[in-house]
Amino acid sequence: MCTRTVSTLARALEASGIATVALLANRTAAELVGPPRGLYCEFPLGRPLGRPMDLPFQRSVLDAAFKLLSRTDGPLIEDFGVTISDEVDDPVSCPIPPRLDPNQPAAIAEARALRSAHDRGVERIGTSQVGRVVGADGIPEAIRAFVRVVEGEAWSDVEYVGGDPTTLLMDIRAYYEEAALGLEEGVPAARATETWYYQKTSMGLLARRYLDAVKDVDPPFPGTFYVVPASQTAERLF
Amino acid sequence: MSADSDMRSAVGSVPPGLDFPPVDLVSAPPLAEATVALVTTAALARPGEPWKDQTHDYRLFDREAEGLIMAHNSTNLDRSGFALDRNVAFPIDRLVEMEAEGLIGKVAPRHASFIGSTFELSTFLFDTGPRLAAELRNDGVDVVLLTPV
Repeated sequence: MCTRTVSTLARALEASGIATVALLANRTAAELVGPPRGLYCEFPLGRPLGRPMDLPFQRSVLDAAFKLLSRTDGPLIEDFGVTISDEVDDPVSCPIPPRLDPNQPAAIAEARALRSAHDRGVERIGTSQVGRVVGADGIPEAIRAFVRVVEGEAWSDVEYVGGDPTTLLMDIRAYYEEAALGLEEGVPAARATETWYYQKTSMGLLARRYLDAVKDVDPPFPGTFYVVPASQTAERLF
Repeated sequence: MSADSDMRSAVGSVPPGLDFPPVDLVSAPPLAEATVALVTTAALARPGEPWKDQTHDYRLFDREAEGLIMAHNSTNLDRSGFALDRNVAFPIDRLVEMEAEGLIGKVAPRHASFIGSTFELSTFLFDTGPRLAAELRNDGVDVVLLTPV
C-alpha cells in the first residue's frame, strides 16, 4: 500500500512545484498511479534502500534515484536492476532462554528472561523501536492481556496497555526483535528475526493463538491482519 | 517462498479508486544547488505517539531528530532493518553526507512522514499532499525523495 501512497504524494508535490523522485516497492501498484519519477527497487518490504548498514549500496540507490531528476518526460518508472529477497523461511538461530518460573505464563517468563538480550540489542543499535504505547519495562506484564484472551476471555473484555491490542503487539514484537539483535551478530536478512519471533518463541506462539481467538468473533476484532503477518499464519490471510 | 512477493501480488493490483489528472513535471535545479527533503510513509513517530490506521495526516521532523520509531501498523514488512539502521527507510544520514560532500545543495530543515497503509488516495492528492508541499516550499525545498516501506 505504501507504494500507492508515495506515488500519489509525489504527484501532489510535483503539481505544487516541487521536483520529486520516489522509490517504489511494488511495480504493479506504481503503474496504476503513475508517479512523476519512480525508481523500482525490488528489495524487502520495510527496506526501501535495500541493505541496512551498507553505506555504498544505499548511496548507489540514491544516486540512481537522483539521476532521474533530470527527466521531465514522466510519469516514468525505471528499474534499479538489483533484486534482494527476504528470507522468511530462514529464521535467525537465537537461543531461547529456559523457563525459570513455571508459575508464570510461558510468554511472560520468556519476555522477562530476554530482557538482558534486549538491552544488549538496544546498546548495539543505539536506540529502541519499543515505545509506541509501552516501554521495555512494561512489556512482560503487558503480555498478560493476550494470555487472558487465549485462555478464554473475550478480546473486548480485556484491558490492553495503550488501549489498542495491535499497537501493543507491535511494541512486543519490537522488544523481541531487538532481543534477537542482541543475540545475533551481523545484519540479519529481512524477515529472519520476524520468523524467529513468530515461529520459535512462546510469545510468537501466543500471538498466533491470539489471532485464532479473535477471528470470527462478536464483536468483530478490528484488523486481524495487524495481529500476525500473512506469511506467519498457517491459513493465509490474503 | 518470498513473503514479499506474496504481498506484492496481493495488494499490487488494488485499484487506486480515482482517475489521476495529468501531471507536468517540474524542471529540477541541479542537485548541488537543491534543497532536498525526505517524505516517507514509514509512520515515523516519537515514542508515545503511535499512528492511527487509515489517517492521511503527516508529521514533520527536524533534520536533527533522533530516536524515531517506525510505527507503521502493518505486520507485513521487515522491522529489523530499520531497527539497525534508520537509513534503510529514512536516509537522512546519507543526505547529510551528500550535503557535506557538496553533492546536495542543502538538506531541508524538516522532513515528513505519513503512514502508508491507507486505501483512500484522493485526500493525499488534493488535501494533505498540497498542504505539505506548501510547508516544504516555505522551507525552501525544491526536491523531494519519497520512500515507502
